[in-house]
Amino acid sequence: MNIYVLLKKTFDTEEKIAVSNGHIEEDGAEFIINPYDEYAVEEAIKQRDEHGGEVTVVTIGDEDSEKQLRTALAMGADKAVLINTEDDLEEGDQFTTAKILEAFFDGKDADLILAGNVAIDEASGQVGPRLAERLGIPYVTTITSLTIDGEKIFLDKDVEGDVEKVEASLPILVTCQQGLNEPRYPSLPGIMKAKKKPLEELEIDDLDLDEDDLAPKTKTLDIFLPAEKEAGRVLEGDIGDQVKELVSLLKNEAKVL
Amino acid sequence: MNFELTKEQMMIRSMVRDFAVDVIQPRAIEIDVEARFPLDIFEQMGELGLLGIPFPEKYGGSGSDTLSYAIAVEEIGRVCGSTGLSYAAAVSLGVSPIYYFGTEEQKERFLKPLAKGEALGAFGLTEPNAGSDAGGTKTTAVLDGDNYVINGEKCFITNASYAKTIIVTAVTGKNEKGRNIISAIVVPTDTAGISITSNYDKMGVRGSDTAEVVLDNVRVPKENLLGDPSKGFKQFLYTLDGGRISIAALGLGIAQAALDKSLQYAKERKQFGKAISNFQAIQFKLADMAMEVELARNMVYKAAWLKDQDKPFTKEAAYAKLFATETAFRAANQAIQIHGGYGYMREYEVERYLRDAKLLEIGEGTSEVQRLVIARQLGC
Repeated sequence: MNIYVLLKKTFDTEEKIAVSNGHIEEDGAEFIINPYDEYAVEEAIKQRDEHGGEVTVVTIGDEDSEKQLRTALAMGADKAVLINTEDDLEEGDQFTTAKILEAFFDGKDADLILAGNVAIDEASGQVGPRLAERLGIPYVTTITSLTIDGEKIFLDKDVEGDVEKVEASLPILVTCQQGLNEPRYPSLPGIMKAKKKPLEELEIDDLDLDEDDLAPKTKTLDIFLPAEKEAGRVLEGDIGDQVKELVSLLKNEAKVL
Repeated sequence: MNFELTKEQMMIRSMVRDFAVDVIQPRAIEIDVEARFPLDIFEQMGELGLLGIPFPEKYGGSGSDTLSYAIAVEEIGRVCGSTGLSYAAAVSLGVSPIYYFGTEEQKERFLKPLAKGEALGAFGLTEPNAGSDAGGTKTTAVLDGDNYVINGEKCFITNASYAKTIIVTAVTGKNEKGRNIISAIVVPTDTAGISITSNYDKMGVRGSDTAEVVLDNVRVPKENLLGDPSKGFKQFLYTLDGGRISIAALGLGIAQAALDKSLQYAKERKQFGKAISNFQAIQFKLADMAMEVELARNMVYKAAWLKDQDKPFTKEAAYAKLFATETAFRAANQAIQIHGGYGYMREYEVERYLRDAKLLEIGEGTSEVQRLVIARQLGC
């Protein structure tokens, strides 16, 4: 089976985000595999171990993205592809990403493409579905269970806490939700072996694309941090008084009533 | 000059950190309170290949280097001194000598299962009357036909109760100058005549197993003797040099943890209407801690790097061990001070750092012995 994983590097969840001149400061920040993409990598490895085949991890990024790809290889993926857009693209959006991936998948004969449900940075959740549309294959988002039987695939889809059971057929694209699996730690031998696994680097030229084909369809007007949360206040005393005080605060101080 | 870690070293650090924070940290207090060796954690560490980091793949290891191993000890020590100590002792003392000095046959038999993490190893050097003065070893190994018959008593042996093999140092004869020849012999712990008890009630690193080993007419094949029979003393000096890097790394981890906790607490704790991190009295403590932690890290990594480059590292390993472990003790002490009354409570963990750090100034060569080693390297 030909299994592909779409992977994105994101800020480490421990990082403090700083914005300057309308851009998020990346200098010195630690990056990780987008946590939802980790579920995708884990599931890809599990399915390969069960059904055979090969897992290829694909990312669009810059030179530094190699670290996240190597981590996926260390977990057990077989091959990695870095589509390096650092020198060619000033900006991009979900359209850009889906378009590049469409070109990449041209002639690839993928049976299963796994992606994260959303990336924790911009959280659009669009790239997977958009790519599936472009490739003309079905897609199911936010899956929490995946079983393959021949050409059939059985999925549990998380729908706001409820489960939808879906039966579909390969090839398919799915996006992975928390609860699908428990991603493994890359083992030490895995990390050492990852060094020797193939990591192909492509630029948009290699995919017969140029910058104009990829111009974003959206425009970012501003980037800002949410207002700092102020300390809460605990009202005390008789319940009746507390209610009165609350109403008065909501009216006069917060001015929401 | 390049201070950057390789991609593999960075990946190892992030994997071990994730594992330590997810799996070990939630249990660190319980491991200390109950003084129980976390065998299941070591099984998981074995599966991840952590017990074989610096050994080649052909011997069941992970084929990485000393620096990666030091980083792994640092990350584990950062969440749990007990687990860190047992880990450092298992690899540096229980396994390394077999890799350094063992024959191919010994490596196949003894090194492989340990490097793969299927079993733990221990190193039996210290005796009731031979600690820093390792030359005062009283345990004897007498050749009887094809066997060595070993008699003696070892104390403070890390991991012995859970070990598959113990590398025991023993007097095997006298040289032409009439001085004792000390050799190292691999003794499987299921051999008749060995009794291992761990009744020590320790101040710190309480979850790390420490045991007394009594050898009463223990017979092992003479093929179990490790390396050159006449160079046993030199061999374990080399082993201890390597071990110092790992104890230094453990000190570094504890010192980093003390700094992390202190900084976090100082920013949250309010007195006189301000976070205490606004006060110079606290700022100066934090600045000193941060500086010393970074200096310790540079020394530990340099010593590890020298070893990986096959360059002499005796002096640097002693510098690293001395400085990093004393840094750990100072940082833990200041961390308690910054935490005030809360710091004295187990729940806040910094008091454990102090108790754990104290052992590091004693085990695998006291601070005083490190100074002696350094002075000798200076030509005194």
